[in-house]
Amino acid sequence: MPQPSVDIDYVANLARIDLTAEEKTRFAAQLGDILAYFEKLNAVDVTGVEPMAHAFPVFNVLEEDVEQPGFTPAEALLNAPAQRDNQILVPKVVDDAS
Amino acid sequence: MSEPLHTLTLAELSRRLAAKQVTSEEVTRAFVERTRTVEPKVGAFLHRDEADTMAQARASDQRRAAGKSLGPLDGIPIGIKDVIAVKGQPLTAASKILQKYISPYDATVIEKLNAAGAVRWGRLNLDEFAMGSSTENSAYQTTSNPWDLTRIPGGSSGGSAACVSAGEAPAALGSDTGGSIRQPASLCGIVGLKPTYGLVSRYGLAAFASSLDQIGPMTRTTEDAALLMQVLAGHDHRDSTSLKQAVPDYTAALHAPAKKWKLGVPRDFFGNGLDPEVRASIEAAIKFYQGQGCEIVDIKLPHAELGLPVYYIIATAEASSNLARYDGIRYTHRSTKAADAVDIYFKSRAEGFGPEVKRRIILGTYVLSSGYYDAYYLRAQKVRTLIRRDFENAFQQVDAILTPTAPTPAFKRGEKSDDPLAMYLSDIYTISVNLAGLPGMSIPCGFTKSNLPIGLQLIGRPFAEADLLAMGRMFETAHDFHSRRATL
Amino acid sequence: MEFEAVIGLEVHVQLKTRTKMFTRVAYHYGEQPNTLTNPVVLALPGVLPVMNAEAIRKSIKVGLMHGCKIAEVCKWDRKNYFYPDNPKNYQISQYDQPLCLGGGVEIELPGASRNIQGAHRIVQLTRIHLEEDVGKLTHYNNDSLVDYNRAGAPLIEIVSEPDMHNSDEVFAYLTALRTNLVAAGISDCDMEKGQLRCDANVSVRPKGETKLGTKVELKNLNSFSGVRNGVDFEIKRQIAAIQKGERISQETRRWDAQLGLTQSMRSKEQAHDYRYFPDPDLMPVRVTPEQIEKLRKELPELPFDKQRRYQKEWELPYTITSVICPDRELSEYFEAAVAACGNPKAVANYIANDLLRELAAAAPMGESPLTVSQSKITAATLGGLVKLVDSGAISKQIAKDVFLEMFQTGETAETVVDRKGLRTQSDTGALEKICAEIVAANPKPVAEYKAGKLTAINALKGQVMKQTKGQANPATVDEVLKKLLG
Repeated sequence: MPQPSVDIDYVANLARIDLTAEEKTRFAAQLGDILAYFEKLNAVDVTGVEPMAHAFPVFNVLEEDVEQPGFTPAEALLNAPAQRDNQILVPKVVDDAS
Repeated sequence: MSEPLHTLTLAELSRRLAAKQVTSEEVTRAFVERTRTVEPKVGAFLHRDEADTMAQARASDQRRAAGKSLGPLDGIPIGIKDVIAVKGQPLTAASKILQKYISPYDATVIEKLNAAGAVRWGRLNLDEFAMGSSTENSAYQTTSNPWDLTRIPGGSSGGSAACVSAGEAPAALGSDTGGSIRQPASLCGIVGLKPTYGLVSRYGLAAFASSLDQIGPMTRTTEDAALLMQVLAGHDHRDSTSLKQAVPDYTAALHAPAKKWKLGVPRDFFGNGLDPEVRASIEAAIKFYQGQGCEIVDIKLPHAELGLPVYYIIATAEASSNLARYDGIRYTHRSTKAADAVDIYFKSRAEGFGPEVKRRIILGTYVLSSGYYDAYYLRAQKVRTLIRRDFENAFQQVDAILTPTAPTPAFKRGEKSDDPLAMYLSDIYTISVNLAGLPGMSIPCGFTKSNLPIGLQLIGRPFAEADLLAMGRMFETAHDFHSRRATL
Repeated sequence: MEFEAVIGLEVHVQLKTRTKMFTRVAYHYGEQPNTLTNPVVLALPGVLPVMNAEAIRKSIKVGLMHGCKIAEVCKWDRKNYFYPDNPKNYQISQYDQPLCLGGGVEIELPGASRNIQGAHRIVQLTRIHLEEDVGKLTHYNNDSLVDYNRAGAPLIEIVSEPDMHNSDEVFAYLTALRTNLVAAGISDCDMEKGQLRCDANVSVRPKGETKLGTKVELKNLNSFSGVRNGVDFEIKRQIAAIQKGERISQETRRWDAQLGLTQSMRSKEQAHDYRYFPDPDLMPVRVTPEQIEKLRKELPELPFDKQRRYQKEWELPYTITSVICPDRELSEYFEAAVAACGNPKAVANYIANDLLRELAAAAPMGESPLTVSQSKITAATLGGLVKLVDSGAISKQIAKDVFLEMFQTGETAETVVDRKGLRTQSDTGALEKICAEIVAANPKPVAEYKAGKLTAINALKGQVMKQTKGQANPATVDEVLKKLLG
């Protein structure tokens, strides 16, 4: 198992959170402690043990393709930080393929 | 009729409403005024809409006058943890990122409460996004334990627990992912029930850890919890993890003749860190059950101590994904300092999330990231199976398992907030129950010398809530811990 | 040095269901922005996904049509990444246990000419899985707008093996896929409406080399010809680069149809770390053999199977089958008409030569041709027309006019013929009289005929037909004239 030290910059980027330098140092240390604590799990023999994906496995929880009412644009944009023409407004997104 | 209305149980209020000895308007006003009186000390509510609540109360009275009462909950005020969606009301999850958010839809449990005529009362404080064990992680305010205002009420449903404990509502909804109903119930001296995973719909509960979260009742008595469970439980087609299980009559189960249950005690698990007064209280409770003819069996839960790392891997992994939607784009706080579209994410989330939430998102993102999935997440899910098997084996021998709910009584504000690991350890007895998907209930079972509540936890087989309630009632009827009230 | 190209395609197809993949709000193209949303679509706090049964069934059908193995059990995974058109900032998809594995798409390559059937081969598939669509971003000068109507629509992703080697194969693959999916009612596959999207993975290697070269992902291929042209360009670009001694970077490039070239996209995360994990909100899907058989029965005949059948049973030429077989509606129409008259070649000719022409002409300016379902000539009445010709009641010449009349009015052939009195006259007596008159009135052609110019009879024949308004039986006219002329 890899050494429990976290590449904070990489992970914070994946998580899309700007961390201050102080936060990075503090979190890296705290997470290091927590991950060391997780090492306990390595001692467990899990050969042949299935991961517990669901508490009570059930299959085929499906609904038929029948329409239910939805939102009006006003309801959809009720909490929008910025909008125009009934759409969410964001600064220009530049790295789009289209 | 001389005791103040706010000191009565939900069941008693329900009886008096049905007998027309009192109106919902009177009942609700009593709780509204009680809240006004003690809130400056307790700080349980993030938001109150008194006009709306009183209007609901009046509507209940009109129904009753027209002979159209909707059942035992009609006209009873219920507090709502601020993480459950109510249409037209704020939902902050105690976070700045949802500071101005108004929910445009009702959670399924709210629809059920509405259909039962319950009166929704306020939005209750919690640890931000349900992440915490003391409610200190709320971005908005401090909630104090009514039994000692210098101490925390527990968490994450600390507002709900303090509200009921202080008599601001006869009952409240909480949510429980690793102990967030049971632990604050224990620390505040009330009853808290986490249902079997899948029994109560999660639709409308802002998700923390999808495979662990459940909504449940927080009340003064097991009878009250039974009445509330009756309304909350049941399959919901909008929640694919909700199970098609027949809902028994919980109240009838409470009044059925007491059984001589077999209770398992995992003494190995009562390790270091268990407060001696808590230990003494639990031992006394065990003796009590023995005295009632219940057999006490020593059981082993060999993997229970691995519950904490397993929980913190799975819960944070799921949370890191569940909280990605809080991004500054569609309905959350949006930073005004963002340089471009991508920066909106970085800055809005940095400004909107508190430190514990950030910490858990980072941890969860890490354990799922490339190269680490097998070592952490996959392994944790396998150990989770082993933890579950421990319980299945135990339930071959016993009907329920008895443990302390929390290792200590309520601790002082600030005592553990600098040490995340120490804080996480306060969930040691409750966490495995969520991992195994089992029902767990905390009831008051004693007080410390400094008059702080102590709770005991009963863990049951899947869908055995009726049994747990009956077991709890057996203890309740012979003790008065649940009827003591904090002086405020 | 000679090079060969290796191409794999990832095709996303929007399933033609009434509602979205994980919630029951409607989805259709072209609605006003943000009119097809609900709490689940917008990823509001507290919402949960619920699977669409019809989407599962349609996806299984796609797998069956293409010979895939349908997984006994498949599950859902979260693909985590942030983007404004991605409401949850994760997409529910299938990672390691997809619905379908393997399979293949039969394609038809271009023949030596348009009328000659090209070779067939099977392009291998890797897998097909289900996922949900994202919203739509529109870019303006200083900002972008997001419309979530499309967010959550059901998509299947069809991943081919790197099993194509040139743009003709790529074009044929897309064409075959679209034909199959439209025939089975899975999707309308209209690229302009985003119902079918295609990314291409292109690499080159020296001919004979077995190791794959560095692959480049191409995006923004917005039409079938765009895919063809983009792939062509990229192959040439890579070969030219290698010949100059340059290395091909593994990257994503954007096809610009205006400029006719691919451009490197501004670097995003190098390799996306999607942090796939099983979605705890959704239960797995189990498909039984019984369910598979039930769905298999609902599948239409695949167009190439139909083509083979038409060619074998009815000896129809490629020029006909290539027109009729790819169109399910048209082939059903065709077979119904054949059932009515028993003459497949004649029906086929009417369809290929006359019906399609008229349907195109009848469409309003600038719009696509009418479909057979909009034709006033039904399969039954077309069969009736053919029967009338085959019985000798009318000539082929007359039948053409009858056809046009039927197309305008919707009448049966019988009705038109009777109304206009177009039946072939076979009354020999009357005919002999007319022929004698014509012979008498036209000494010149008669003389030429008698002198040995046999084709001179046609002038006489023409006049007889004119006199009888085309209703004389040409064979009888021929007989009578020859008898008269000796």
